[in-house]
Amino acid sequence: MSSVSNSDIAIIGWSISPMVRNTDYTEAQLLNQVISGAVEDAGITRKEVDFTCAGSCDYVAGQAFSFVQNIDALGAWPPKRDSHVEMDGAWALYEAWLRLQMDDIDVALAMGSGRSSTADPATIYPMEMDPYYLAPLGTDAVSFAALQARSLLDAGLVTERQMAEVAARTRKDGKNRSYNQVTGDFDVDELLAGDYVRAPLRRHDLPPITDGACALVIARADKARELVENPIWITGFAHYSELHYPGMRDLRTSNSTTLAAKAAGIESGPIEVAEIQSAFTHEELLLASALGLGADTLINPSGGPQSANPIMATGLVRIAEAAGQIRDNGKQRTLGHSTSGPCLQQNLVCILEGNN
Amino acid sequence: MAHQPCAIVGIGQTQHKTRRWDVSLGGLVREAASRALEDAQMDWSDIDAVVVGKAPDLFEGVMKPELYLTDALGAAGKPMFRVHTAGSVGGTTGIVASHHVETGRHKRVLAVAYQKQSEGNAQFALGSGRGFSIGAGGAFAPFMRSYMYRTGAPAEIGPMVAVKDRKNALKNPYAHLKLQDISMEKVLASPMMWDPVRFLESCPSSDGACAVVFTDQEGGEAAAKAGRKPAWILGSAVRSEPSQFPGRDPVAPQGAADCAADVYQQAGITNPLEQIDCAELYVPFSWYEPMWLEGHLIAEKGEGWKMVQRGDTALDGSFPVNMSGGVLSSNPIGASGLLRFAEAALQVRGMAGEHQVDGAKVALAQAYGASAQYFSMWVVGGSLDAVS
Repeated sequence: MSSVSNSDIAIIGWSISPMVRNTDYTEAQLLNQVISGAVEDAGITRKEVDFTCAGSCDYVAGQAFSFVQNIDALGAWPPKRDSHVEMDGAWALYEAWLRLQMDDIDVALAMGSGRSSTADPATIYPMEMDPYYLAPLGTDAVSFAALQARSLLDAGLVTERQMAEVAARTRKDGKNRSYNQVTGDFDVDELLAGDYVRAPLRRHDLPPITDGACALVIARADKARELVENPIWITGFAHYSELHYPGMRDLRTSNSTTLAAKAAGIESGPIEVAEIQSAFTHEELLLASALGLGADTLINPSGGPQSANPIMATGLVRIAEAAGQIRDNGKQRTLGHSTSGPCLQQNLVCILEGNN
Repeated sequence: MAHQPCAIVGIGQTQHKTRRWDVSLGGLVREAASRALEDAQMDWSDIDAVVVGKAPDLFEGVMKPELYLTDALGAAGKPMFRVHTAGSVGGTTGIVASHHVETGRHKRVLAVAYQKQSEGNAQFALGSGRGFSIGAGGAFAPFMRSYMYRTGAPAEIGPMVAVKDRKNALKNPYAHLKLQDISMEKVLASPMMWDPVRFLESCPSSDGACAVVFTDQEGGEAAAKAGRKPAWILGSAVRSEPSQFPGRDPVAPQGAADCAADVYQQAGITNPLEQIDCAELYVPFSWYEPMWLEGHLIAEKGEGWKMVQRGDTALDGSFPVNMSGGVLSSNPIGASGLLRFAEAALQVRGMAGEHQVDGAKVALAQAYGASAQYFSMWVVGGSLDAVS
């Protein structure tokens, strides 16, 4: 980033938990690990964190007020400025980013956590739909994704082979992360020979069911430069929603993604790496197009949600991975994306830049 | 602080009732939001971003309902944000929405908080369906009993608060419980629920919503010029602390004191009793009025109940509390915090109708949640220099 003032905000540390099908840890214990990891990465202690914001979901946890127990992981004593969103940790980061712009505190911690193993996603996901007209249909996330994939296939915007290629590529790339859950070398032809789980989606088009958490520390410019050698600047951050009813949207595009990308300033330079929350393979192709990414942008080199999909943390992991590309891989401008709702109803874009 | 001023120019709420079977969830939030927009003389298209707050999704059985409510709240093509900080959520929702304006991120932001408790069984949901819930009354009763023991407060203080709040509710057209013949005798004769709290010292379970429109300094000044007085946010703060550990005082939590000290410092308040004209405190059970008067540094330790006894907190007292009738009279849980915050704003705008405190210039609002561990507060003024 060329010129920095103290109102600019940077990522200075993060931590990602092991991603597993069924963890032995409670959500608070998972968070305890990643918070310790993130503050250590930033070279601080919990005491130096001025504001905390968590993202989690009662229905995923199977318990009302589930986040209240997670506060034990914060070290909130003396009491802390703190908030919680019933959204992915990426939105918790958005609130933390807003909070630092109030100009009175310097360091904030955002986290996301989810233990999908505690419930059956096919049972709980229909409950996030309109309770009167859509929820009674019992349509789960996989079915809505299949509808969207079908509309993309019918429009000739993607092919089933491209979808299988996304699965093979991301799960191969995913081998580079020890935390990942489902990785390996897959042959596209063999994948395409598999049965449909929910046509047109095959098993490889689906994300794994994952338990996991992520925490990330941000700071205002002066503090960030005091604490770390290479702060990763958040130069654009925006999120937008669309109509809830999939039937009232053009499922072949993602307008809210395009709006968020523009508002985050995507057009002011090339994006070298994009970490996007494409839980289903066709979503990567759709979102890359909605973001206006070309062939020169590397997508989900971490393995993406195809390799580990800790609901409520998946988006925050994307932003942490996008930050890692700048700090550890010498990239200059990257993007993290998160989404929520049926057929990508709500989308968030966070653009990051290095010091050069 | 270097952030920009933020004005409240629109407030709306629903008719709070045990069951609003005449409206869907979408209809409920839209009723409050439409009234707030009308008050602000704005249209849906004037709003740049929407912040929704509510307590557990298990209460209505709709997961992440902000997704579905995007349509009803005109939020398609806009940012839609969802806050959940237990019982304090309504307050936090207002604060997060105000931050969207104070940081210069957006010019006009709509905050909506609601609960439609008749859709489900709150008691069931509080125990996550596992049958071990003792309910909020059962959880808080030992804290209230401890307060009585520590301060020597006489037993009639709780019932006095209940009578006062229920009388205030008779002046509030939106209030849920309207007990025309309320009296000390009635309260004392009502069944003991969770000693020391009787049935009539407890909050109801309500369906309801509240909406607030926030705008920047320019928008606030324009409203004032047009004869629609805004409320200005003079300070806001949140605090959380863990639920249980040796040394924690759940009767007068550190988080409650820290949150109050923070918000007073921002607003330039050094003597809350003198400089604040009235307060809306989250009092779901009668004894929480004196407890928060002390917990939030308004009264000295052991002096809160004396304010109640003297009638200081009555509508015509020296420090009116819960002019709207409070949580004791309407409790759509997720909205209850924002209702407190909105009532404080109504007071400094001079728009509180029959429950208006004459000449209120500075008002305090508070909400709390979980095991008295989450706090949100704000101080609003009729002008940016209202604190004297």
